[in-house]
Formats: sequence, C-alpha cells, structure tokens
Amino acid sequence: MVDAAHDQVDFVPPAEVGEMELYHPKSWLTKYVFSQDAKVIAIQYSFTAIAIGMVALVLSWMMRLQLGFPETFSFIEAEDYYQFITMHGMIMVIYLLTALFLGGFGNYLIPLMVGARDMVFPYVNMLSYWIYLLAVLVLLASFFVPGGPTGAGWTLYPPQAILSGTPGSEGGILLMLISLALFIVGFTMGGLNYVVTVLQARTRGMTLMRLPLTIWGIFTATVLALLAFPALFVGAVMMTLDRMLGTSFFMPGIVQFGEQMQYGGGSPVLFQHLFWFFGHPEVYIVALPAFGIVSDLISVHARRHVFGYRLMVWAIVIIGALSFVVWAHHMYVSGMNPWFGFFFATTTLIIAVPTAIKVYNWVLTLWRGNIKLTLPMLFALGFIVTFVNGGITGLFLGNVVVDVPLSDTMFVVAHFHMVMGVAPILVVFGAIYHWYPKMTGRMLNVPMGQIHFWITFLGAYAIFLPLHYLGFLGVPRRYYEMTDTSFIPQSAETLNAFVTVIALIVGVAQLVFLFNIGWSMVKGKKSGPNPWRATSLEWQTATTPPGHGNFGPTLPVVYRWAYAFGLPGAKDDYVPQNMHPDQVAIGDTADLSGTAAQPAE
Amino acid sequence: MSPWWWTPIASNWGFIDNTIIITFWITGVVFVAVILFTAYCVLRYRYREDRRAEYEPEDKKLEWWLTGLTAVGVAAMLIPGLFVWNQYVNVPPGAAEIEVVGQQWQWSYRYPGKDGVMGTSDTRLISGDNPFGLNPNDPNGQDDVLIEGDDLHLPLGGPIKVLLRSIDVLHDFYVPQFRAKMDMVPGLVTYFWLTPTRPGTFDILCFELCGVGHHAMRGSVVVEKKEAFDGWLQEQETFAQTMARVKQGSEQAANLALNAATPVAAGARPTR
Ligand code: HEM
Ligand SMILES: [Cu+2]
Ligand SMILES: [Cu+2]
Repeated sequence: MVDAAHDQVDFVPPAEVGEMELYHPKSWLTKYVFSQDAKVIAIQYSFTAIAIGMVALVLSWMMRLQLGFPETFSFIEAEDYYQFITMHGMIMVIYLLTALFLGGFGNYLIPLMVGARDMVFPYVNMLSYWIYLLAVLVLLASFFVPGGPTGAGWTLYPPQAILSGTPGSEGGILLMLISLALFIVGFTMGGLNYVVTVLQARTRGMTLMRLPLTIWGIFTATVLALLAFPALFVGAVMMTLDRMLGTSFFMPGIVQFGEQMQYGGGSPVLFQHLFWFFGHPEVYIVALPAFGIVSDLISVHARRHVFGYRLMVWAIVIIGALSFVVWAHHMYVSGMNPWFGFFFATTTLIIAVPTAIKVYNWVLTLWRGNIKLTLPMLFALGFIVTFVNGGITGLFLGNVVVDVPLSDTMFVVAHFHMVMGVAPILVVFGAIYHWYPKMTGRMLNVPMGQIHFWITFLGAYAIFLPLHYLGFLGVPRRYYEMTDTSFIPQSAETLNAFVTVIALIVGVAQLVFLFNIGWSMVKGKKSGPNPWRATSLEWQTATTPPGHGNFGPTLPVVYRWAYAFGLPGAKDDYVPQNMHPDQVAIGDTADLSGTAAQPAE
Repeated sequence: MSPWWWTPIASNWGFIDNTIIITFWITGVVFVAVILFTAYCVLRYRYREDRRAEYEPEDKKLEWWLTGLTAVGVAAMLIPGLFVWNQYVNVPPGAAEIEVVGQQWQWSYRYPGKDGVMGTSDTRLISGDNPFGLNPNDPNGQDDVLIEGDDLHLPLGGPIKVLLRSIDVLHDFYVPQFRAKMDMVPGLVTYFWLTPTRPGTFDILCFELCGVGHHAMRGSVVVEKKEAFDGWLQEQETFAQTMARVKQGSEQAANLALNAATPVAAGARPTR
C-alpha cells in the first residue's frame, strides 16, 4: 500500500489549471521598489522588521540600565521606563516577529516551497508591505508627538491606557491604536495571499501531506492570524472611540484624581477578553512558523527525515485550534468570574500534550541521524533547549493556582521571553543562516556565525534564567524601581546589575550578525544552488538566487515528501522532492528544474 | 531572607507552594531527560561520511507511549492544581470581611464595624468628604471604619475575605508572603481570601500596571494577635463620626466664609 505521506509515487497526474499570468516589471521602480515579486517583498518586509527590531533592542538596553542600576541614569524617568517597555514589547511581538515570520519568511518561502511562480495576488501582496511600512512609521511618529508614545504596557489595558495618569495618553495611545489597525489591514492583505497560495497554487504532485513543515507552520499561523487579529482590531476601534468620542465600551464610572469622569457602564474586562482572544493565538502566530522552520532545519542538517511527520502536521493543526480556547489563562487574576479558571487551566494544560509531542519528535529526528553541527543546526539545538524551558514555565503559569503568586512577576517576563522571544529569534537566525545562500548565492561566514550563536544563546540564558528566580521571590514586572522591601535579599541587586551587563553584550553581539550579512554578500564563499544538499523545491531552482517566476520554463513535479533523507536504495543521502523515481538510484541531481523532471507516462 | 529559597509564606496558602513544588519536580525531570537525550544524540550521531541516518518515518507505538506518559504527567499537575483552586474561589463560611480600595496611587481600607456588615457604596457618590463613595443613607455603613493613609491591620488566625475595589484604573493588591492576589477593577467588586498565619509587618505592592506611579503604590500590612487588632480597631473613627465631623467643619467654614464675604465652596474637592 502506498502511504501518501512518505512513499514516492512514479506517476503524477497532469495539471488541471494552467500556469498563472505573471506581472513583469517594466522599470527599475517596479522591479525593486514597488515590486510585486514575493521574494522582493519578503526582503522589504525583513529589512523593515529588523530595522524596527533594532529600536526595540535599544529600548531593552534602556530598561535594563534602569533595572540594573537604579537611580543612576537621570535620563530615564518613570514615564520613560513605562514608554520603553510598552514600545519594546509591542514592536518585538507584532512589528518584528509577526512581520518577519509571515511577511518575510512567508513571502519568500511559500511560493518557492510549494512550487508556485509567485503569490496568487501579487498586487495586493505589494500593498500589504506598503501598509505595513506605514504602520511602522505611524508607530515611530509617536516618539515625536507631545507626551511621547504610550506607556500603557503592550497589553494596553483600559481604563489606564487612555487616562491621564499614563504617559502618552494625549497622542501616543491614538497613534498606537491607529498603527495597529493599519498593521492588521496590511497583514490581512498578505495573509489572504499566503493562505490562497498554499491552497491553490501548489505544483503538480505537491499534496498537502507532502508540504514541508515550514509551510504547514506558516500556513496555520496565517489562518490563526486572520481569525485572531479582528478581535484586536475591534478592540482598538472601540478604545479609540472611548478616547475620542467619550463612549464607554471599556469605561465604567471613574473618579480620577478626585474628579468624577463622564464615563459609565463599560467593562475593562471586556477589553482584556478581546485582547487575549487575539493575544494568545498571537503567541502561536509567532511560534508555529518557528516550529515548522526548525523542523526543517533539524531534518536537513541531521540528514534524517522528520520523525512522525503526520503527527507533526496534526500537532500544528491541533495546537492552532486549541489556541482559541485558552485565552483567559492570561486573566486568572483579572477579576473575571473565578470559575472560568477551571476551564481555562484544563484547556491550557491539554495544549501541552501536542506541544510536547513536537519536542519529542524533534529530538527523535536527531536520534539515529547523521548530525552536522552547522550554524542552522546550532541555532536549532539552542531553540530546543530554550523552548523546552519556556514551555515548562508555561505549565507553571497555566496551572491556575500556581499563576496566582507568579502572575505579573519577573517569572512571567522570563517565561514569555524564553518561549516567544528567545526561542523564535533563535529560529530566525538559524533560518537566515540556512536560506541566505539561496537568497544571495553566498554562504554566511562560519566563525562569525559561531561567535554570534554562542554569545546569543549563553547570553540569553544568563539574562533570563535569573529572572525566574526573581519572580519566585515576588519581584513584580513593570516596576520602574523596587526601592526597599522586606522580601528581596541584597544579592538580588547584584544579580540585576549582572543581567544588565550581559544584555548589553548580547545586544552588541548582534552587530557581528549584521556585519556578517553585509560582508558575506560581497566576500562570502559561493554557495551553488543547493549547499546543504536539501530536498525541498526552493533548492532545486534553475538559478540562484531564483529569478522572476522562481522556476525554469516548466514548474517542478513532486513525487515524494520533503524528507527523503537516508532513503534506502538511493545513491545520495537525500532525494529531492522533484527527482523522478527512475533517477533515484543513479542519483543524477544535476538539473531538476523544469523539463528534466517531466513525468514518464 | 535567604537568597536560596523563595519568600517565606505567612498565610494558609501553603497548598499553592506545594503545587509549585510538584510542578517543579515533574517538569524538571522532563527537562533534564529531554536535554540529556538531545546531548546524547548530538554526541552519538555526529556526522560521518560513511554513514546514513536510519530511515523509519514513524513509530506508532513509541508515539502513543510518549503521548500517554505526557498526558499522565500533565494530569498529575492539573488535578492538585484544580483542587487547590477550588479552595481558592470558595470562601469558608464565617470569614471576616474587609475591603481594600485602590486609586492612583494609594491604598485605603474599610472594616465593616460592629454590625459586621459593610454599607453599600457607589463610585458616583465619591467626593472629597466621602472618598469611599459610601451610601450615607445605608444604616449598615454608619459604623464602617475607614482607613486612609495608614497601615492595614489584620487579625491572626481566622479566615478573611478581602473585597477589592478600584475607583479609577486597574490595580492589584498583593503581599508576596500571602501568595494570594486578585486585580481590582473599577465597576466590579472582586475578592480573594486568606488566613494570616504569621505575625509581622509585610509590604503591600500594586501588581497591575496603573500608570506612572505604579511602582510607588506601596503599603504595609500589620498582622497581629486578635486582641491587639481589636484594640487598634476600637481607636478608629467610624463613617458616621467622620461625616458628623466633616459636616460640623464645613458649617464652620461656611460661617467663616460668610463673615469674610468670600465664596468658599463647602466640601471643595481636594486636588492632588
Ligand atoms: C536581549 C533581548 C531582550 C531583553 C534584554 C529584553 C528585556 C526586557 C525587559 C527588561 C522588559 C521589561 C520588564 C518589566 O519591567 O516588566 C521586557 C519586556 C517585554 N519584552 Fe523583552 N527583552 C528582549 C527581547 C525581547 C524579544 C525578542 C521579545 C519578543 C517577543 C520581547 C518581548 C517583550 C514583551 C512582550 C515585554 C512586555 C512589555 C510589557 O510589559 O508591556 N523582548 N523585555
Ligand atoms: Cu497565552
Ligand atoms: Cu499599579
């Protein structure tokens, strides 16, 4: 019996739908600036996301300086601190990671990996980027308006977010809400593209169960985002109305600083439900692409198939579905009806099961593999360690009663940085080291990459491990300064100073990475089309970097899954997805793009 | 304050600490096992030109075993957790009630007085003279004791239901030694309960971001023997007494104002 996921077939039926019409750029401007080519859009997204991410990184230094050396830096006042954490958090989660994984990697990899010439709606895809850029600029503008950016925390909880006790309640909060709304509009344009392309534009033979896990991760994350972002969108619109027109969606009767306000009858908890109905899936919007990509990195560099591919696909889908019924685990102590705690603790801990399966299968992919400790593999291993750590602290916080003492402490800060900060960022780095050769035709420098990896990985642990401990002590998050307490030992101050020094070092180490990116573009070793000897379609393109339309005159035809590593009877230790079964034993991988891979009928 | 263990507990919520310890051990074992196995694989299966990886796409039995064991581990954490949560949300009958009111950026407290019942309150009734917004016509509220700008006192040994109210933005009343917390939400009355088990003075911290003064929203709670607590409570003014004093005060102010012929609004709201 042929097992659709793993076994190769030797006949692939002809295409039912003809080739898509491509838009051909006519000038330099339409080729490199207002480009409709997903690969160019991907690079635009990535550069913008990384640039704004650098702003968030610098903000994290400012915060760490304050926490490590309180009362030392007169330029960091309490207002500034709260503005820094808010902008840092929001930029990192939305404008860096979401944009980079979906807009960046999604655009680059989806058409190439499914065997399409481009996204199905290239014009809308282009618009998506420009609206994203506008959203970023609006966000940045809030640094320059009177009152500065909002300091409401990235969760933007009302009533505080729009009242005068919070920095940026004049203009900053409005720009934040507008920028988020724009981001969502832009994302929706891109997101519809990613979903439709995966569903409609796969090449012949590329069944859903032969898609690389990278695509499954990005695809499922996009579906989640399309369903989750609307909740944030309406929340943002309602809050804007509360702020501008004096409606009371989220505003109960309030007396602030002795003044009776005009608001009445609204519910602050309603906003929290809307926010986290978006916010929890958001964690997986960042995590699922990372899951998918890391599966492929591990498989390629361990020269072994992904272990339990079908279970991995189902785990992604189940995690995605469950992520819509766990949101209120962020609200155990929010004042919602405490009976909800039973339900949400149960669903939250159930999600741990498919998540654990993913971890087991990554490790079992390494088991009996033939592991090359390349740069992508180092980052993938770093991801596994970090993600297991962050997942485990999630089991603490998800178990409602354990969350009671730990919520809003530094333990939470440690948890989410491990699980959705450091872990996905490690995957981003691994992915860049992995696909850079395809994007530029050159390899990134290895010694520089190793320095970058070890400082980043060990540094991240030195920064965030101590925060777990501070959280157990009861040190709150979002505190400009602790001053004296009866429960924090003196040594915690030394620890905080240490963390700050490491954070600065880790930040500077990223410059090595950025330098490497630029330097290798010119000086890097030539990579050839498939330096990692990988199987998926993006490595089998006619030219490297792939040209307009991605593939040669005809699209590749897919005969097998993306994980035919170590296939018994094959000449090489890898068999590309589009290699005709007749060639497997001979191992002629010379030119698989286009005509060479026609089905023998 | 040992740097090697968390903050010593001072309430009945040792169950919470126990659940943390159970979770720590179960997850700790899994963490170490996964990391060691990964390290083993990386060392044992390093790349060799002459070797190929094993080709065995699935192992149903292994996958079911791992799924099953994980489910058991998860249940072993969840079940005690839910058991303790059940205690957390069910206040024991006969618990004494107190109220904590949060506002930017200070704490105030209310005790029900001799009748043991708190009067009704409403944000709309808040004014300079009536900072808690108590209903002046509610007989239950007359003997309520209001504490502003002073420490919270709690009696040792008996269960206490802490009612939580905010008049402006979200706050969160937390004493690390008590382990229990809950947000205070304007428009709602939230609660948690505890039994203080250790006398002493502890820090109160605001644990929900509430604006620029969030980190400065501190207070102290004094946990003392029942007798000492009762003695302290006796000395405090009741709502009725305060109102009477305020009324007298403002009549005097009004007379003065009339005499001086300058208009002074009675009960003008103080600005902070
Ligand atoms: C070297 C890297 C980083 C450092 C040193 C760092 C440091 C910090 C610090 C000090 C805080 C504020 C803690 C507090 O007082 O509550 C914070 C908050 C936060 N960080 Fe990071 N961070 C880093 C990277 C990231 C990344 C990659 C993400 C992406 C998910 C991220 C997401 C957040 C979020 C969401 C918050 C919460 C903001 C809030 O409380 O509203 N951070 N970070
Ligand atoms: Cu969540
Ligand atoms: Cu606060």
